[in-house]
Amino acid sequence: MIRAALALLGRDLRLAWREGGAIGTALGFYFAVIVLTPLGLGPDLNLLSRIAPGILWVALLLAGLLSADRIFHNDYEDGSLDLLTLGPLPLELVAGIKSLAHWITTGIPLTLLAPVLGLLLNLPIESSGFLVLSLLAGTPAVSFVAAIGAGLTLGLRRSGVLMALMILPLYVPALIFGVATVSASITGPASPWAPLMILCGISLASLVLSPIAAAAALRAALR
Amino acid sequence: MISLANPTRFLELVRIVLPWLTGLTVILFAVGLYLSFFVAPPDYQQGETVKIMFIHVPSAWLAMMAYTVIAIAALGSLIWRHPLADVAGKTAAPIGATFTFLALITGSLWGKPMWGTYWVWDARLTSMLVLFLLYLGLIALWEAIDEPSRAGKAAAILALVGFVNVPIIKFSVDWWNTLHQPASVFRMGGSTIDPSLLAPLFVMAGAFTCLFLLLHFLAMRAEILRRRVGALQQIEAQRAAA
Amino acid sequence: MARAKSLRARNLSCRRGGRLIFEKLSFALKSGEALLLTGPNGVGKTTLLRGLAGLLPLEHGEIALSPATDQPLYEQLHYVGHLNGIKTSLSVAENLQFWCEYYGGPPLNEERLETVLARFGLDPIAQLPGALLSAGQKRKLALLRLAVAPRPLWLLDEPSVSLDRASTRHLRDMIAEHLEEGGMAVVTSHIPMSLAFAHRLDLGKRRAS
Repeated sequence: MIRAALALLGRDLRLAWREGGAIGTALGFYFAVIVLTPLGLGPDLNLLSRIAPGILWVALLLAGLLSADRIFHNDYEDGSLDLLTLGPLPLELVAGIKSLAHWITTGIPLTLLAPVLGLLLNLPIESSGFLVLSLLAGTPAVSFVAAIGAGLTLGLRRSGVLMALMILPLYVPALIFGVATVSASITGPASPWAPLMILCGISLASLVLSPIAAAAALRAALR
Repeated sequence: MISLANPTRFLELVRIVLPWLTGLTVILFAVGLYLSFFVAPPDYQQGETVKIMFIHVPSAWLAMMAYTVIAIAALGSLIWRHPLADVAGKTAAPIGATFTFLALITGSLWGKPMWGTYWVWDARLTSMLVLFLLYLGLIALWEAIDEPSRAGKAAAILALVGFVNVPIIKFSVDWWNTLHQPASVFRMGGSTIDPSLLAPLFVMAGAFTCLFLLLHFLAMRAEILRRRVGALQQIEAQRAAA
Repeated sequence: MARAKSLRARNLSCRRGGRLIFEKLSFALKSGEALLLTGPNGVGKTTLLRGLAGLLPLEHGEIALSPATDQPLYEQLHYVGHLNGIKTSLSVAENLQFWCEYYGGPPLNEERLETVLARFGLDPIAQLPGALLSAGQKRKLALLRLAVAPRPLWLLDEPSVSLDRASTRHLRDMIAEHLEEGGMAVVTSHIPMSLAFAHRLDLGKRRAS
């Protein structure tokens, strides 16, 4: 079972690496949104640094969702998903591993890009650490919850837009506590650790619960 | 043939209950509106605008109740695969969304004289707005999947995921709100409501609940009949093909 | 693999979108036997195979392999459907390697990989990415999945699609070998395969009657 799980994770990572496009698109999208924001708001550095945590987080959610409808789609389209259900792994674990692969190939690169983009928004360099921490804690929830949407919209037309509509409201808690972590590290006086811990809790809960929902969605879609 | 046993019994039930329910709704609304407009005193601070409450609070209450109904129906369709549960969940979503929208609109109209602006990111309004988005997602999912059995399952899963999330969203929005707007916001808590406003509020809440049940029954009946027509058409098509 | 087993399907019925596809269908296979499913398009051959594989829910009926093991049925069968399940950016060898690992087949070393690929003459293109394969080559690669991880029951839906005559013969040999080793197979095919099918089930005739 562990052998199968590792094989699946390895395959998904290799595919993401070979097909590169999804990672590149997400990173490029993130970059573009962050560049456009000051153009819309004006170059006031004080304003930018005040809203930087929020912008960095919201844009990351959108960039993460952008590639998430692919989590199951390619395997569904070429028939692999059928074959994966005939393996030793329960569908919940298949969904979890594929979400994990999405996090590694999307969540982590976006997290690493964020502090660089923070410079563009005049985010104080000392809070880059908390920005990265908050994103590391929050992006697993982004990938795992997105997998539910990917399962529900499997094989549908307009799946991307539909997914965004269904999943974005579910990101509200992660967004609030993620931004609060970064903001608290800039302005104080509250400790950034408290919201960060809550964010970790949200992520852990989604790690456990989302694969169950995603697997149920896949079962409804596989016919 | 699709097994029609349960829906048939349900249609029978609707036929009996409908006139009574309609009558009750009309009476409750008549009493409730009379109490709200002519009996309840204007608030010493807010004047007549306080009466928006009689629409706003019941709408908000139904917005949440409808989502609870959907979540229970979701359990029904996932665990017991009850054919009626899909129908109940599907038809409750647009009604719930409408009440949520009503709560948002009345909240915003109420906010104008209170806060001087149509929209304030108050914790309650914000949670309501997120709930509205959850409803929209649910309706969109129903619309996007053609095959009713898959649509039912998918919507049920989404409804349960949303239901688990509602308290978390509520908690985080409250937390966020206290972070940004320290306690200066008008709070509409139980203790601040004058007893003379309470009676019309309860009657209106009852009237709205009856209205919801009425609309829900009607919508379920329409959906069951629509599915029957679909099934008959399919049989017709098969017969033509054979 | 060669353990004597038998497959028994009893009283299967399936309904999709309110339409009855088949009902009260029963059959049994002994170790070393194959069943050929025939019938015109839309009669439910694919539905039956997917139902057997657990890929879609049957309304009722039971399917059991005996002697019973603690492994669920879906882990003891191979399914080859219309889609090949091939990753275009992985090489032929990597595609096979993955399914071998995932299905828990014996380690696929260089030597074994070569023998397996040689069955369908794919050994010269082992390092080619899946995207460059022709339809026939993709089909062969999909069929080789059966060879890397031995499982007693094969469910093959039109396995000979896009195969040329020589490859169809190889396919037949492969199935025959599987049966000789005590395996079982349920096959749908439009092209007559000169294989000794112990059982035949015509879903079209069944419906008419």
